[in-house]
Amino acid sequence: MTDQQNNLEPVIRVVDLVKRFGDHTVLNGVTFDVFPGEMVVIMGGSGCGKSTLLRHIIGSILPTSGRVELLGEDLAKIDEPQLDELRKRFGILFQSGALFNSMTVGENVALPLQEHTDLDADTIDIMVKIKLEQVDLLAAEDLMPAEISGGMKKRAGLARAIAMDPEILFYDEPSAGLDPVTSAEIDQLMIDLTRKLGVSGVVVTHEMDSAFAIADRMIMLDKGRVLMNAPRAEFEKIRDGDPTGDEKIDLIRQFLRGDPDGPITQRRQDSGYEEDLLATAGGFG
Amino acid sequence: MTMAERQNNIIESLGLRAMGLCEYLGGLTLLLGATAVWTVRSLARPRWRDIHSLSEQVVRVGIRSVGIVALVQGFIGAILALQLVPTLEQYGQESQVAAIIGIGGFRMLGPIFTAVVLSGFAGASIAAELGTMVVAEEIEALEAMSLPPVRFLVVPRVLATFIVMLLLTTFADLMIALGGYLVSRLALGPAVYLEYWQNMRDTLEGSDYVTGLVQGGVFGVLLGLIACFEGLKVKGGAQGVGKATTMTVVNSIVAIVLAACVCTIVFYLFKL
Repeated sequence: MTDQQNNLEPVIRVVDLVKRFGDHTVLNGVTFDVFPGEMVVIMGGSGCGKSTLLRHIIGSILPTSGRVELLGEDLAKIDEPQLDELRKRFGILFQSGALFNSMTVGENVALPLQEHTDLDADTIDIMVKIKLEQVDLLAAEDLMPAEISGGMKKRAGLARAIAMDPEILFYDEPSAGLDPVTSAEIDQLMIDLTRKLGVSGVVVTHEMDSAFAIADRMIMLDKGRVLMNAPRAEFEKIRDGDPTGDEKIDLIRQFLRGDPDGPITQRRQDSGYEEDLLATAGGFG
Repeated sequence: MTMAERQNNIIESLGLRAMGLCEYLGGLTLLLGATAVWTVRSLARPRWRDIHSLSEQVVRVGIRSVGIVALVQGFIGAILALQLVPTLEQYGQESQVAAIIGIGGFRMLGPIFTAVVLSGFAGASIAAELGTMVVAEEIEALEAMSLPPVRFLVVPRVLATFIVMLLLTTFADLMIALGGYLVSRLALGPAVYLEYWQNMRDTLEGSDYVTGLVQGGVFGVLLGLIACFEGLKVKGGAQGVGKATTMTVVNSIVAIVLAACVCTIVFYLFKL
């Protein structure tokens, strides 16, 4: 932890978070903090619990045990109206962009402003143009979501996520389904926005190129536990180093490098590939 | 498998089905409650977006169904006339066919068949639309922006099916009467059609129309609610959306018939 972090209150605090669905434990004692202005990447293979973790942090689901604090509020202790107020203070970029298909791009961005502020139509119109300009999508203001590309949808989703000037931005698989160039453009946009707006960012991804491009700190999940929580440089050291013989480090190394052989492959063979596949297909990822 | 094990399995299976039914009815009741609360709030403070959204749904649900309702109800009137006249002729009462078509059509067949048609047209389409929104994370996005999906999506759709059912029930009544008249005029002779409209006017009372209309409204709320409920609980992509549309039609028809039964008992008890 840096000196700067020592002096700051975390914007997100996850303490010993456990989530079970029936007999299946998806998260098993996850603990970490996210500090103001930080870009934290949460990564891990399919079925490791990263999307479930994101849903806990944004208050969509409650933990079986443990605590999640968001912007100083314990999510288990606040009621629905308080949670609604809290939701206005963060924005989310969904995997598919999640634009409302019955509205134009501009109307999508305007929606939270129309619903949550008393601003007049002209002011909202100006703000929509500013937000779209920030994601370089002003030309698409009057287009319907069906008329724009996947990358443009993500940009539009990002413009909508920043419409209310959030304090935290969450990104769910921001590079999924994009070609490498568009993916790199979205990464750059995320970095620029996080720095320009001075917000914290939490990114859930398994795209390693994207993760290394944007992260200040990285958290690797495995089987519902935090395997490693460290600055990006330490993960880079593992990725670029040789196998150590330490199973945990070698497992992280294999994941970061995308190698076909290593502890992850060995574990799948030991536990039975079909079993592993079925657990992944369970969709708790 | 021993007899005891087989019995246990049957009991377990029945128990699971009963629990599933309770869960379904509970979910539907909660959605009804939330819809009622948000409807009252929206009416207390109407916004341009809500009015626009409601009118959009009314047009979408209603306009698409007008033609098929006219066709189905017109034929029902015609079938009733053709089925009834031979029997009524035996008693020299064929002129009373208009009275029977009027009462049967206005009180029951109009609202029921309109609701069944609407569940296939509008109900399935609402479930598919909301289900697709679930799959595309749009519902989650609404919640994440503190915009309640019930207010934005369910209220306008349930109100639309309610309003459309009221309008279409009235339209269906007219079509049934007209269908009966046309077939009488074309095939059944002057004894049936000469005093057709006069007989219908003499027999029908205000309560015949109103009870049919009340049922139409109840069916409208039910099928709108079931369609939204099925759509919002979609899981598993396109397959889930397909299942939701099917279940919407099946469950709506069951709910409509049950509701018709309850309404009829109530009307009977209150002599309406």
